[in-house]
Amino acid sequence: MALIDLANPTRFVALVERVLPWLAAATLFAFAFGLWGTYLAPDDYQQGATVKIMFIHVPNAWLSMFVWGMMSAAALGTLVWRHPLADVAAKCAAPLGAAFTFLALVTGSLWGRPMWGTYWVWDARLTSVLVLFIMYLALIALWRTVDDPARVGRAAAVLTLVGAVNLPIIKFSVDWWNTLHQPASVFRMGGSTIDRSMLIPLAFMALAFTLLFITLHLAAMRNEIMRRRVRTLMLTQAERAA
Amino acid sequence: MTALSALFARDARISIRIGGGAIMGVLFFLTVVTLVPFAVGPDLALLRRIGPAILWIGALLSSLLALDRLFANDHEDGSLDLILMARPPLELVIVTKALAHWITTGLPLVVASPILGLFLNLEPNALAATGLTLLIGTPALTFIGVVGAALATALRRGGLLLPVLVLPLTVPVLIFGVAATNAAVVGGGRFDTPLTILCALTLMSGVIGPFAAAATLRYGME
Repeated sequence: MALIDLANPTRFVALVERVLPWLAAATLFAFAFGLWGTYLAPDDYQQGATVKIMFIHVPNAWLSMFVWGMMSAAALGTLVWRHPLADVAAKCAAPLGAAFTFLALVTGSLWGRPMWGTYWVWDARLTSVLVLFIMYLALIALWRTVDDPARVGRAAAVLTLVGAVNLPIIKFSVDWWNTLHQPASVFRMGGSTIDRSMLIPLAFMALAFTLLFITLHLAAMRNEIMRRRVRTLMLTQAERAA
Repeated sequence: MTALSALFARDARISIRIGGGAIMGVLFFLTVVTLVPFAVGPDLALLRRIGPAILWIGALLSSLLALDRLFANDHEDGSLDLILMARPPLELVIVTKALAHWITTGLPLVVASPILGLFLNLEPNALAATGLTLLIGTPALTFIGVVGAALATALRRGGLLLPVLVLPLTVPVLIFGVAATNAAVVGGGRFDTPLTILCALTLMSGVIGPFAAAATLRYGME
């Protein structure tokens, strides 16, 4: 079966049904591993044990941007290649991305209270992530405005691509402006500056959250395909009755 | 007369004649600027400090409200379909319509801002700085708003959808506009950086906005 066969919704759903239990198991293992690594990781010399919020906050923040990037790729799939499942992928990713952004904001805020002395500060990184969260919500609202999934799919694809301009702003905001949020420590020129003992658990937690996203996303795509089939059947039935 | 200049003249003429554009926008601007002192109190020093921000938010909200007129009238009487089928590229057509819209609704806001700034006890240099940054920034608001207007027209949904879609995208314009104004008021050379970034935002949105709106109108209309 070539990759192109996955564009067929029936084949795609069949593949998801086969793969989903394994993905779910892999997610659970990755979380168990990651949380064990988090337990073993050393305390920070300044922050103490509070630094371990990082192992939840940072993967969520990474995923919030990664999901919008994935939605942008899906948007290109809708507009340029007219891929049948691209708008399904985009629609299902939006609530998950919003949830990751929300968790990043909340865990960051809870981390900021003991560390910075405040739950919130209007610096570049926090403001741009908040704007990203609002754009996620706007996109979800847009998806729900119109009944016909194909039409709203193209409109939402355009909005996703326009919003993608925010991603470089978020990533480089800590470099471009004087911010309270700390600068990049992992993905930066010159390599990461985090010690191995913290970097490895962080990588595992990031892997765990990514697997969680993939599992939930594939399940959501399967549900959305089923939902559209139900809608088509109901429309056909209504037409026959008329 | 070329097609685009004819379209520009038509849009400008309709906008001025139908009314509800310039006058309503300025009236709403006046209302917002009047409401804020009721809420924060008449402390003149405080009003002078937040004056540029109030003017910017008022201009932003007024341009938001006028945006759905951009394509709605044409969509209702069918001329939008003709425009979509016409020879000039859709992106250029949208730039023309956006410019006509800005001149008839955005420019009056810019002209009104120094007068309204007097209500907020702004100094003359603050009035001038606010006017200049609004002059540079309101086209950006229009170009970004064009995307939301196209979405609302293509999907035929009004209500709060348009502001919710457009406002997060206008946040950088607001930030740099107020930063440039405050830098000019405080004095010193820091005025250049936010102002040039504001110019860059206007130019960038002048390209991205019409392309996105054209894609929406092309693929989103049924």
